[in-house]
Amino acid sequence: METAVFIVSALIVLAGGLGVVTSRNPVHAALSLIATLFGIAVLFLNLGAQLLAVVQVIVYTGAIVVLILFVMMLLGVDREEDLDTEPLVGQRLLAGLIGLLFLGAILAIIITGKDAIVTGSHSVTSAISPTVSNISQIGTALFTTYVFPLEVTAGLLTIAVVGAVVLSRRPRDLEPIPEPESMTDMGDEPLTAIPEEGAH
Amino acid sequence: MFGGDPLLSGHVDLAVVLIVILKVVAVFAFLLVATMLMIWFERKVVSDFQNRVGPNTAGPFGILQTLADGIKFFFKEDLIPDRAERRVFILAPLLTVVPAFLLFTIVPFGGDFSNGHDGSVEIFGHTTYLQLADPAIGILFALAMSSIAVYGVMLAGWSSGSKYPLIGSVRASAQMVSYEAALGLSVCAVVLTTGTLSTHGIVMAQAGSGWGGFIPHWNLIAAGFVPFVVFLLASQAELNRPPFDLVEAEQELVGSYHTEYSSIRFALFFVAEFMNSVTMAAIIVTLFLGGPAGPALLGPGWLWGIIWFLLKMTAFLFLFVWVRSTVPRVRYDQLMDLGWKVLIPLSLGWLLLLATFWVARDQHWNGFITVAIGAVVGLTGYGLLKAAIATSKARRLEGVVD
Repeated sequence: METAVFIVSALIVLAGGLGVVTSRNPVHAALSLIATLFGIAVLFLNLGAQLLAVVQVIVYTGAIVVLILFVMMLLGVDREEDLDTEPLVGQRLLAGLIGLLFLGAILAIIITGKDAIVTGSHSVTSAISPTVSNISQIGTALFTTYVFPLEVTAGLLTIAVVGAVVLSRRPRDLEPIPEPESMTDMGDEPLTAIPEEGAH
Repeated sequence: MFGGDPLLSGHVDLAVVLIVILKVVAVFAFLLVATMLMIWFERKVVSDFQNRVGPNTAGPFGILQTLADGIKFFFKEDLIPDRAERRVFILAPLLTVVPAFLLFTIVPFGGDFSNGHDGSVEIFGHTTYLQLADPAIGILFALAMSSIAVYGVMLAGWSSGSKYPLIGSVRASAQMVSYEAALGLSVCAVVLTTGTLSTHGIVMAQAGSGWGGFIPHWNLIAAGFVPFVVFLLASQAELNRPPFDLVEAEQELVGSYHTEYSSIRFALFFVAEFMNSVTMAAIIVTLFLGGPAGPALLGPGWLWGIIWFLLKMTAFLFLFVWVRSTVPRVRYDQLMDLGWKVLIPLSLGWLLLLATFWVARDQHWNGFITVAIGAVVGLTGYGLLKAAIATSKARRLEGVVD
């Protein structure tokens, strides 16, 4: 049963991941990302990590991808893109090569350390205590062992919010940026025509 | 793994599987019938408020009007606009309906909570709860489903390839993301009070004879009234119901995200909208009014669970319709101000206050001093927020910032 769920959700995760990189339309790519994140949530459920699964759905699929889609729709960058022209020359070749290298490295590790790595035994990732629920364990750990990192993260997020607010509230009456010297001092016409007083 | 339901904790044989299937079918049918009746109820009550007759032809009191409309929708031509994004356009209504169905799975809709019973009933010799699933994460599942429900609306508007639907869907995503925070924080207050996430546990904590033997031990009172009010307002915004229905403000946006939809696809949006109202009423009842918990007046206890649940839910559905037909729509800036500057700070402050009280009770602190310090801190926070909002408003009026 667990294996069947794993295979199905792993296929969804992989298909979603492929969809993200191969879709021509950014909105389709975002939809594929949702499929991937959902698949990962199911994988978490399969491991018995219910809280992680729900947090994955609430935070990633429910908030972050919604914001990504929202920005796409607001800015109107939701049109199909021509993937034939490369903005960075040679990046596909490089990406393929690095991918192959990575695959080779992993295969090398697996083949050389066969007995040490592939033990055939089941994963040992399970709940620390089977009687106490996931949620209380995570909560206790967060507020005792990891309370300092937790507070630092909270501070960081607050700083990010304040920063975003400050950046988005720009003063309205800034001095207009003056024309560069080189464009007005050459004796040429200014780039923007300045209307004369009283003339319409 | 499967949570607290005693049905699934023992040996799972064929009878258990059949009972689960029976429950799935029962919940599915209940939800469909309830939605059908809700559409009729809303039309009928609104028409009463507006001094009209309303649906009165199909069946007694026009009760079958929704069924007739549904059948009619099936036979209408299914149009897909030329400039629509075909696949997403077809997917969007389904993405709206599926979370609406899934939301109801965690709602306890019955059970014997009278006289200290634990809400379990006997079906064919097996003990079980009258709810489809009782996962340990319980109410978080509801938040997850309501947070992904925005995709249907959003993608429908975008994929229509038309202006007004797009504006509607951008509004919808902004509104739903804003109000989710307030919704989640008020759920936090309930979880803090009851000490469990499981919906069955939340109902259990509210069952019993209550304070003084007659005031029920509802979270409405136990968590203070603030989380309830915040949840009620935020849920209306989350449902895109009037007075927060800017998402489909007909006068401005035609029909908003479903403007280009017709036939059964439109019907799916319509059904999902009312189904979400029914489910949200059920969740409010579960969280704040003790769900199916209540005294058994006469006859079997399990029947009274369902009766109390339906009564409480109907009261809330009537409240929804009442608000819809009497309160005018808010402006967009009012909507955002209410969400970000009132509901979120209020629920956050209340959550901190509640947590303080619980710690004070555990540590045996002096109750009076705790309340005094809590009040001082709360009032200071309120003053600071007020000053910040006043400053930003003054600066905007001066024209210093946008």
